[in-house]
Amino acid sequence: MKARGSVFKYGDNVDTDVIIPARYLNIADPVELATHCMEDIDTEFVKNVKKGDIMVATKNFGCGSSREHAPQVIRDNGISCVIASSFARIFYRSSINIGLPIMESEEAANAISAGDEVEVDFDTGIITDITTGEQFQAAAFPPFLQNIIRAGGLLKSLKEREG
Amino acid sequence: MAMTMTQKILASHAGLESVTAGQLIEANLDLTLANDITGPVAIREMEKAGFDKVFDRNKVTLVMDHFAPNKDIKSAEQCLTCRNFAGKHEVVNFFDVGQMGIEHALLPEKGLVGPGELIIGADSHTCTYGALGAFSTGVGSTDLAAGMATGKAWFKVPSAIKFNLTGSLPKYVSGKDVILHIIGLIGVDGALYRSMEFTGDGVASLSMDDRFTICNMAIEAGAKNGIFPVDEKTMEYIEGRVNRPVTKYEADPDAVYDETYDIDLSALRPTVACPHLPENTKTIDELGKIEIQQAVIGSCTNGRIQDMREAAAILKGKKVQKNVRTIVIPATQEIYLQCIREGLAEIFVEAGAILSTPTCGPCLGGHMGILAHGERAVSTTNRNFVGRMGHVSSEIYLASPAVAAASAITGYITDPADVAE
Repeated sequence: MKARGSVFKYGDNVDTDVIIPARYLNIADPVELATHCMEDIDTEFVKNVKKGDIMVATKNFGCGSSREHAPQVIRDNGISCVIASSFARIFYRSSINIGLPIMESEEAANAISAGDEVEVDFDTGIITDITTGEQFQAAAFPPFLQNIIRAGGLLKSLKEREG
Repeated sequence: MAMTMTQKILASHAGLESVTAGQLIEANLDLTLANDITGPVAIREMEKAGFDKVFDRNKVTLVMDHFAPNKDIKSAEQCLTCRNFAGKHEVVNFFDVGQMGIEHALLPEKGLVGPGELIIGADSHTCTYGALGAFSTGVGSTDLAAGMATGKAWFKVPSAIKFNLTGSLPKYVSGKDVILHIIGLIGVDGALYRSMEFTGDGVASLSMDDRFTICNMAIEAGAKNGIFPVDEKTMEYIEGRVNRPVTKYEADPDAVYDETYDIDLSALRPTVACPHLPENTKTIDELGKIEIQQAVIGSCTNGRIQDMREAAAILKGKKVQKNVRTIVIPATQEIYLQCIREGLAEIFVEAGAILSTPTCGPCLGGHMGILAHGERAVSTTNRNFVGRMGHVSSEIYLASPAVAAASAITGYITDPADVAE
């Protein structure tokens, strides 16, 4: 499976408070919630994002609050993959659990620029910057996590096991 | 194979003789926690996936603390979702307005968490209970849904960083200064995916409230958990609260640590984290004159009785600056009552501060003290991210209750020693 899109680029320590500010966490409707994604650091994001686009950031992406609303609004805005040098651990788990594809690659995160056209091959972990022609190899997921991803999230994988 | 304290708790809950860093395990849970923000998402996911039972109605807890007492209709609906779920599944430990407190102060106080236990919570500050020698960590709502349904969770066994504490804290220096100092030292991802194990001769001198504060902010260094050894103070704290057998785990003497830091508690100064990351720390002496318009004393980090006492000791017989809105929030009903009984409530109100019912409120920019554009607060909370407490151009300086109280009196961030008699 592959994803391809243009890149929204952010820096270090993008926290879940800026991904989705707490003042919106009383909103139960996912569509309304998603309209506030990234607004405290990038008011243009929701205006410009297209289905399939890719988010790239450097270290410790998704730090802070455990709010699952954060990976949820990124996914619901059509982002096909988040690439970062490193992820905060709760965000990492939650992304896998809810089916938001993520990739860890410091080289890719540093080299890719905003607006680049990028392709991600989920089977091989190869990230290609179409704009510059550069290629990067992301870290592979352990088989245990691959099972969750393949099942379409944690709860589906648990149900599969039950059945 | 030698194990850290955290690894021993994980091994025992996974039914394994031993575990090593990096290993993926499935472990049994002693308790799960959700609040009015993360609970509704977990409930929805659980029901959507077709799970119609909780694994143990005594081991699932729900605390209405973030936007409660309900700040608006949407928040009221979220609490209602949790209330209905708790009713349907006969959840024993559902805490609503009147019984509720800020979750990470409430659960230890009620004896729901104890040494050697394994707890997950859909709130990042769930790592607080490491103060009691438990393994506890924050997770997302889907992990929590799986935990509520099955009583299990998967973990990658963490490696650990050791913090060897020596000496004892000087006057006006508290657990908050210790953890801010450490985060300043290692950075907001300095302990990413790892345990922070606190040990050494200095541990004995730290109160339980100091330890709760220190473990609470382990997440602010990216850690999976923070943990203290179980000692006499721990056992004294749980006496009359935890009425079940507890297990005291100790790290093996030859356990392997990624790094070791020696922290001399007696050398620490009041420490402040400047906007917009908890790692941007300065000692009070390096800070310069930072004017403030609001002071917040409370939260899961610093809303316990010791925090209230330390703030009251500074404010006693004094007035806060007229242009500094000073908001004091005891974390639980029990602490609130203690504030009244010990005369602290009177000190706060006479000083010109307000005393709020327990709520997370302003810490996450929910309600009860939101900042306007360009405003600045000193706050005993745990995060100073962009927009965390209000407008994106507002600023938060994280500090101890003593520093926040002293700053409320002068109108700028102040060393408590400078206002004390």
